[in-house]
Amino acid sequence: MQWTDEGIMLGSRRHGEGNAIAELMTCEHGRHLGMVRGGAGSRQRPALQPGNTVRAVWRARLDEHLGNYTIEAMRVHAASSSAGSKVLYGVTHLAALCRLLPERDPHPKVYDALSAVLDELENETAAAHVVRFELQMLTELGFGLDLAACAATGLATELEYVSPKSGRAVSRNAGEPWRDRLLRLPAFLSGDEGSSLEDIADGFALTGFFLARHVLEPRGLTFGEAREGFIATVLGQRIARTATGGGR
Amino acid sequence: MPKAVAGPEIERLIQLLARLPGLGPRSARRAALHLIKKREQLMAPLASAVTTAMEKIEICRVCGNIDTKSPCTVCTDDKRDQSMIVVVADVADLWALERAAALNARYHVLGGTLSPLDGVGPQDLSIDALVARAHDTTVKEIILALNATVDGQTTAHYITDLLRDANVAVTRLAHGVPVGGELDYLDDGTLTAAMRARTPL
Repeated sequence: MQWTDEGIMLGSRRHGEGNAIAELMTCEHGRHLGMVRGGAGSRQRPALQPGNTVRAVWRARLDEHLGNYTIEAMRVHAASSSAGSKVLYGVTHLAALCRLLPERDPHPKVYDALSAVLDELENETAAAHVVRFELQMLTELGFGLDLAACAATGLATELEYVSPKSGRAVSRNAGEPWRDRLLRLPAFLSGDEGSSLEDIADGFALTGFFLARHVLEPRGLTFGEAREGFIATVLGQRIARTATGGGR
Repeated sequence: MPKAVAGPEIERLIQLLARLPGLGPRSARRAALHLIKKREQLMAPLASAVTTAMEKIEICRVCGNIDTKSPCTVCTDDKRDQSMIVVVADVADLWALERAAALNARYHVLGGTLSPLDGVGPQDLSIDALVARAHDTTVKEIILALNATVDGQTTAHYITDLLRDANVAVTRLAHGVPVGGELDYLDDGTLTAAMRARTPL
């Protein structure tokens, strides 16, 4: 078995002394793991950093084997990691989201969206792109939100809320009596251009609620500190101190 | 499965040696043979050293370093600069920095870096102890000597954010061209980082 594909590094872990197991989000083969011989060495490690776009050749005797990767870096997003915390937190959070997808299940739309959002991470619009990516992940995992029209009136205008129960949009007038119980739908998700900090916070609250309820909690998972760090960075806030460990 | 060529005690010794980093079954067999041949000169002192080390090794309660006493030799050394703490991921990094003798400061060993892939979160690292040490009035600078990887640098940013309240300067190691490095052989990431961090001559 052999194939060649373009992929985005999600992470790697050491395997033995000199090798590494690389996890890639590939264009045509989905989230796919493989062993990189010499991957723990100083020559190959830079290419195996999360967020890098690589050209990967995968070889195995049988399809169900872990197989070996030969990896060549194409675009090194990790290089911009020295630029700031937004990119670092963003890359780590996006990789963690992709890890929620099943292995070896092609998701070309997720790959394209991931590639696009990685390119945007250094820009001011990064947060809105990450919120849209989280929405797309919900859709890919089978829990997509219906934000096209009001669940109560059927109108496609003045959509301001989302029902936490049904995941459907609710218009301003229909949702007003229950506004305290509804989630805010930020304007940039209902077609408007531009996004304020409040919109961004609302966007993350919306996607965070549904990701936690439908995807993370059933698997016994929680959001990592990377998402919290990314949101705090884009909103100009500080990370809430959650560390309690003495380590070691 | 290969047939055992020696008694179970020797086979057990070979198996344990083969678990050491850098040793496989063949080299473990050679090491075991060497130990057996030099029983008095090498095997006995080694066994004694291993036993003593196992009994006496402690994790320093201040910095997380490995030593035979707590606080460790580094923490109790009065000649070290008390105003600087170098934060490293592992004891191996501490030893590497000490080998280089680049700085005469104190250390703090985190015990790893944040890594979602390996399920390592802030609660698994010695971050609270670092924050507490940073609030000591004698400490003026925290140097984050963490790996130049996404995990390492994410950890650095996370710690920087937690140290905002502490009255300390937070710095990190430079990224760029290694001593003796040739540009032609460097990866794109290192070159980009080096270009961004260029300094006037």
